[in-house]
Amino acid sequence: MILKKKELIKELKSFTLNFGPQHPAAHGVLRLILELDGETVLRADPHIGLLHRGTEKLIEHKTYLQALPYFDRLDYVSMMAQEHTYSLAVEKLGDIFVTKRSQYIRVLFLEITRILNHLLAVGCHAMDVGAMTPFLWAFEEREKLMEFYERVSGARMHAAYIRPGGVSADLPIGFLDDVFIFSEQFELRLDEMEEMLTSSRIWKERLVDIGVVSAKDAEDWGFSGVMLRGSGIRWDLRKTQSYEVYDELDFDVPVSTLGDCYGRYAVRVEEMRQSLKIIKLCIRNMPEGSIKSPSSKFVAPSRLEMKNSMESVIHHFKYFSEGIIIPHGETYMATEAPKGEFGVYLISNGKEKPYRCKIKAPGFAHLQALNMMAKGHMIADVVTIIGTQDIVFGEIDR
Amino acid sequence: MIKNDLRFHRLLPVISINIFKRELVVTISNDHILHALHVLKDHINYKYALLSCLSGVDFFFKKYRFCVVYDLLSLSQNARLRLKVFTAEIISIKSIISVYINANWWEREVWDFFGVFFNDHNDLRRILTDYGFDYFPMRRDFPLMGFVETRYNDLKKRVVYEKIQLTQNYRVFTHESAWQFVQGPTI
Repeated sequence: MILKKKELIKELKSFTLNFGPQHPAAHGVLRLILELDGETVLRADPHIGLLHRGTEKLIEHKTYLQALPYFDRLDYVSMMAQEHTYSLAVEKLGDIFVTKRSQYIRVLFLEITRILNHLLAVGCHAMDVGAMTPFLWAFEEREKLMEFYERVSGARMHAAYIRPGGVSADLPIGFLDDVFIFSEQFELRLDEMEEMLTSSRIWKERLVDIGVVSAKDAEDWGFSGVMLRGSGIRWDLRKTQSYEVYDELDFDVPVSTLGDCYGRYAVRVEEMRQSLKIIKLCIRNMPEGSIKSPSSKFVAPSRLEMKNSMESVIHHFKYFSEGIIIPHGETYMATEAPKGEFGVYLISNGKEKPYRCKIKAPGFAHLQALNMMAKGHMIADVVTIIGTQDIVFGEIDR
Repeated sequence: MIKNDLRFHRLLPVISINIFKRELVVTISNDHILHALHVLKDHINYKYALLSCLSGVDFFFKKYRFCVVYDLLSLSQNARLRLKVFTAEIISIKSIISVYINANWWEREVWDFFGVFFNDHNDLRRILTDYGFDYFPMRRDFPLMGFVETRYNDLKKRVVYEKIQLTQNYRVFTHESAWQFVQGPTI
């Protein structure tokens, strides 16, 4: 039998690789089915849900106050940003008034949270790509910030500090001084980190022109936060749909027109500097006064009140056992969490428990576009792209 | 902006338009969802280019018990709009992937949690629950504890599913308040 030349042509098949769910660069429990042609990614199919805890279902069975700590545990590197969104949604439905001091304290902690998140994002991204040192430095700084969390709430991470009607406790004495000392030295730490990364040849080779997203694509895929600003769209909910006291504070929104991983890294670093600016402004402008909301139905009475009046004791008991009752209604509240637009779609049916609480996680929309971003890149770039998306599975899987 | 939006009914077969807490809520019939989203996305007056969230709600006491909610965002007009569609267990909804490409995973989630079927969806697999799971856990009649539990079976050397066994049932405390009544419009 003579083989014709035509029949000898080999057929090349792409092969499929299972990336994760235990891979250290998968940022938790991402299972990725990669279809590869050599080292080039043809298709990436993320399988999520390995960290699904049924948060939304659980919230339906908890009172408004008991539901709050679940929000810390969604995105476990930017805790307060999420409890804040939930608190805002409850406040909107219940027409709860928040005092100026509470609002400033909230903004202070939201920006601390943003630095907390971006330090992890940049640090872990650098480690995924191959730089160990910035990661260690970032975690040193994160430890200091988590001490601030601990001083106001008693918990390093899952604070449950921002609550409907304000914050749970006033700032301890001398707290703002220490935040100021931190903010003075942190700028140097940021400079050091940038020295390591920004002009590093390896860092640039791994990031520049990787995972390019055009402005059109970013809109189509429902991106938000840094992913949107990294593609040249100037959109920050703190500016455009301002909440709390952000409209009184002077800060800039950094935008990158590159649309690649390097641009997003630069945006994150600059956002940390802007957060530092906001923190300093908050310290300078922190008003005197009470943190207790005048909508007294919705906040716990103070210890002093409880020592003096029976009604306050009853109210305290009812507040923590029955919980607060929110009138009928529904709202979609979105805020600029460090990762992007974090939304809470809350429906109340006039009972003490939420009827439905849908959590819109920014990472969910971003991870969905992984296929679009990773297609045609090398397999090593997938790690870079996961890093730049700042994926945390707590919020994606809920 | 809202003035523009209130002229919807000339363009679209709208069932109702509400403004609640300065948020615009439009209810539309099941058949016109694609058409409506096309208009909202591309019409120069609206330009809701971004689908920020898609969620399902189960009103189990209603005839059309499921509500699919589309939260749209317009970057150019800086406005939000919520579009609602009602459906039942045996009625499917058109998938909106052809308009908003990022609806893909959100629709999979609604299918996974509520069992709302989306027509023309190219990849309607379960997304957040386990492989091989066959309930719709976010329905109101699904118990919080579920029906099955997993454990590692040492004899079979794998994880097995078993009927759930609890030493104590989940207890529901309802506090019909004797202290306060808050009246409001029904949803």
